[in-house]
Amino acid sequence: MKFSEQWLREWVSPQLDTQAIADQITMAGLEVDAVEAVAAVFSGVVVAEVLTKEKHPDADKLNVCTVNDGTGEPVQVVCGAANVDVGQKIPFAQVGGLLPGDFKIKKAKLRGVESRGMICSASELGLEEEASPGILVLPASAPVGVSFREYMQLDDMTIEVDLTPNRGDCLSIKGLAREVGVLNRLPVSGPEIAAIDASIDDTFSVRIEAPEQCPRYMGRIIKSVDVSVETPLWMVERLRRSGVRSIDPVVDITNYVMLELGQPLHAFDRDNLAGGITIRLARDAERLTLLDGQDIALRPETLVIADDKGPLAMAGIMGGENSGVSEKTHTIFLESAYFTPLAIAGQARSYGLHTDASHRFERGVDPELASVAVERATQLLIDICGGQAGPATEAVSHAHLPASHGIFLREARLEGALSKKLAADDVTDILQRLGLGVDKQADGWSVTAPSWRFDVAIEEDLIEEVARVHGYNNLPVRRPSARLALRPANEAVLTQAQLRNQMVARGFQEAITYSFVAPDLQATMLPDAVSPVLANPISSDLSVMRASLFPGLVRALEHNLNRQQARVRLFETGLVFNGHLDNLSQVPMMGALVCGGREAEGWSGAKAQVDFYDLKGDLESLLTLGGALDAWRFEPGEHPSLHPGQTAKLLHNGEPAGWIGTLHPQVRAKLGLKVDAVMFEVRLDSLSEGVIPAFEPLSRFPEVRRDLAFTVKVETPVQALLDCAKAQAGDYLKDINLFDVYVGKGVADGCKSIALGLTWQHASRTLNDDEINQLVDSIVTQVRAELGAELRG
Amino acid sequence: MDHLPTLVTNARDAIQAAQSVSALDELRVRYLGKKGEVTALLKGLGKLSAEERPAAGEQINQAKQTLATEIDTKRQQLESEALNARLAAERIDVTLPGRGQESGGLHPVTRTLERIESLFTRIGYDVAVGPEIEDDYHNFEALNIPAHHPARGMADTFYFDATRLLRTHTSPVQVRTMKSSEPPIRIVCPGRVYRSDSDLTHTPMFHQVEGLLVDEGVSFADLKGTIEDFLQAFFERDDLSVRFRPSYFPFTEPSAEVDIQCVMCSGNGCRVCSHSGWLEVMGCGMVHPEVFRHSGIDTERYTGFAFGMGAERLAMLRYGVNDLRLFFENDLRFLRQFT
Repeated sequence: MKFSEQWLREWVSPQLDTQAIADQITMAGLEVDAVEAVAAVFSGVVVAEVLTKEKHPDADKLNVCTVNDGTGEPVQVVCGAANVDVGQKIPFAQVGGLLPGDFKIKKAKLRGVESRGMICSASELGLEEEASPGILVLPASAPVGVSFREYMQLDDMTIEVDLTPNRGDCLSIKGLAREVGVLNRLPVSGPEIAAIDASIDDTFSVRIEAPEQCPRYMGRIIKSVDVSVETPLWMVERLRRSGVRSIDPVVDITNYVMLELGQPLHAFDRDNLAGGITIRLARDAERLTLLDGQDIALRPETLVIADDKGPLAMAGIMGGENSGVSEKTHTIFLESAYFTPLAIAGQARSYGLHTDASHRFERGVDPELASVAVERATQLLIDICGGQAGPATEAVSHAHLPASHGIFLREARLEGALSKKLAADDVTDILQRLGLGVDKQADGWSVTAPSWRFDVAIEEDLIEEVARVHGYNNLPVRRPSARLALRPANEAVLTQAQLRNQMVARGFQEAITYSFVAPDLQATMLPDAVSPVLANPISSDLSVMRASLFPGLVRALEHNLNRQQARVRLFETGLVFNGHLDNLSQVPMMGALVCGGREAEGWSGAKAQVDFYDLKGDLESLLTLGGALDAWRFEPGEHPSLHPGQTAKLLHNGEPAGWIGTLHPQVRAKLGLKVDAVMFEVRLDSLSEGVIPAFEPLSRFPEVRRDLAFTVKVETPVQALLDCAKAQAGDYLKDINLFDVYVGKGVADGCKSIALGLTWQHASRTLNDDEINQLVDSIVTQVRAELGAELRG
Repeated sequence: MDHLPTLVTNARDAIQAAQSVSALDELRVRYLGKKGEVTALLKGLGKLSAEERPAAGEQINQAKQTLATEIDTKRQQLESEALNARLAAERIDVTLPGRGQESGGLHPVTRTLERIESLFTRIGYDVAVGPEIEDDYHNFEALNIPAHHPARGMADTFYFDATRLLRTHTSPVQVRTMKSSEPPIRIVCPGRVYRSDSDLTHTPMFHQVEGLLVDEGVSFADLKGTIEDFLQAFFERDDLSVRFRPSYFPFTEPSAEVDIQCVMCSGNGCRVCSHSGWLEVMGCGMVHPEVFRHSGIDTERYTGFAFGMGAERLAMLRYGVNDLRLFFENDLRFLRQFT
């Protein structure tokens, strides 16, 4: 909300400068966003009167005028505005004056006629943003010769506060003044508002059909208003300084009262209303054309103001086009109502609307304010537009008005909450100045919240109010104390930090990619994936939840390849989302991607490009970290993003736990990538499962090693050979090591040679050759039988 | 016997002239070996008279000693020369870079999260995490933000359907923790959060760390102390000014926004702090009794505080990053700056 400092000071005026006021209310929870001068810097502008006006001899559109600027001699000035006329009071920039934009006023000749000054428009003085159509005409009462700035009281500031949603009570000068009054312990007073005596008997029937949503509705007929008058300059200025544009006198007055008191008002043209007014929920298929021209299909939970023919306005949000005040209006029906926050909240937003009225009703407008506001607006209407007012009528359902409730603030609780004992009198004073009913008792305060404080209902609300006004920064500081209780720590579990650090140690940079990805990218990489889709994505590129870390990593790769980064080693940890909403898994994964050189470009001649086995080595370093490598298996597998011949499925204790493989050439081509990349993705919960080391005594007896080379079919996985050999190798096998894989001369076509080194050791004796030979024989026999493997000579 | 001096002179010349340890070994054999020339002289002593023998023996032994010493000295010299020659030949350029994998690095956001976590876990907080696709209840209702509450407009929420959404803060983790454990509770909840906002200063996904402490007798003063200590520790500035501004969050009361003296200009005013000298860095407050009620915690017995901060914002201030969007481009030239 924007407000004028001058306006505020009419209600309460502390001995503080603008910045100090701004700081003070900021530190009380009304955050000041901006402080701006209400007018740009200009000088040498005075109020003057147009004395004469004649056509310029050489220019159709120019007039030659003389003005009285209070200096004695009439001053001749050439003016191009069409609306200039004799007798007008106008702002006059004298020679030597300076207008906004560093525009210096000099003596000049316009088409041969001397001009000594300038009659100014509102925009030339920086009072309007858009170029004004003509000069600014001042009220006839404006005193000639007086500085225009002084006359307009332009040495004023607009202060913009960003109010939190609980402080709807501060959306008015009255509410802000109350706060400033509390903070400075000053009395606050506004304009006198008296009930208007009815001069006519006309009323209009009002019936509340939805008392829960609208417990109070006040109305008044005002007849014979002249809507053609201009809004007085002082009001236009106040509205302008509050960020509200002047529209017509009736709208201006309702806006003015809203800014002043906080009560949104609406004026109907009485002659467009049929029968009586009903406040009810919208009916099926009802439509309404709003003031802004939008035609809206109303939903049944929307509260409307209707007459006998149908909806006239969306209650508390916006009026209708056909029932509003126009230049033809003679009789006004003025509405001042209380709509409950729940009736309005969410409604405006759901229609894509947000108005000053809905903003206030959503946050809570004082239910007791309607009658005061209606009197204030009536008085201003009569003063400005003339007319006769009928009696104010009220439809009310007291049962549905917010009940004022008592709250007890315990002295001990207050002291405990703030770790400070505040003087009881100070607390009483703060609460009273906030408008709360206060009754000090022995152990606390019995408090009644005022009708405008929707946010004060429980003891904590009062503690907050006291703390806020006392000043958070005047409250003590201490450190919490706690028992030094040890907590369990599972030694077998690897932390995410340990796993990340391992990746970092192996040369990976950590990436963080968005959890939502482009649907086409995900479909290309994971055509069968099902993952939740956002109903309101920020863009279609970020609309589907990632079912895998692969799409994000590939995008990151692309970004870097496009920036001449040929060697990329990235990893990421985060959730992946699989399944429908009702059957959803959100699983933390670690993923990695490598491409480019095995090592950074260097002098030592290692120019090889990374391949599957490089990344597998990195992955195995993670699997070894927790000492539970045996729990893991790599099996040939198929994954839509990965090369079918270079893909392994990871099994952890027999359960699928991830994938590793080379990016599928076809997928690569679809993505437009020009390089090979290898990727893995593994469940973090499996990765973090380690074991606690269990010591085995060191044997004092010698190891026996036998090296065996087999030929097997090329497609036989080494793992099968290892498994088979291991199964036959007996209990004393210490280690089985694959030390050579060979294809080529000396090995039959379609076959490969695999060399295994087996090491045996017994804990308490020396193993003899015979038993080892037996084991070797049984290995050789079994791998031949199972895998067709032949021992090489 | 008469040729002993000649023999010694010749032998010494030969030793000095030796070019290798093996040549030296040959000389030792030739002069001092069992069949060596000096040994032969010793053997010939028997032919001398008893009177001559001691003096001659003395002379020969002296010659033997002299030659042995010289051979040893020469050997040491040759060995040391050989070693030096070898070492010279094996000299490498130690300024060439080492071989193998260079280190990578953590993302600056992770680095920041880990730093925040470590500051809190060191004084007894636990780290708690939770799902990112949340329901309306945990993200809003249980945090005292009922449907149509104006506060729902404060965070623009990504929805999947009427009740499922991407969490807008990590507070649901606090709710889940309070429901599943008994006070005292001390947790920090780091993680990804989502808001449908995207411009120069907002990304639709970012990271938060929220903290929660629930115990008997916890007051606003404890909150102030914790936050002040944390910010001073995080920025490693003991004299960092911290101020608390009243604010509003539905899940805390009293609530505060926390400002620090601008770390870029030390509070003198700059572009980063919009010339105010202050930077808003986090929000906090005392846990609202309604939140406790949803979680089944006795509001008379326990009080607590909660706080929340954006990791990207803190990382930007700590490392001087001037563009939020860089965090999610994963540009290696950016990431490598944090290794």
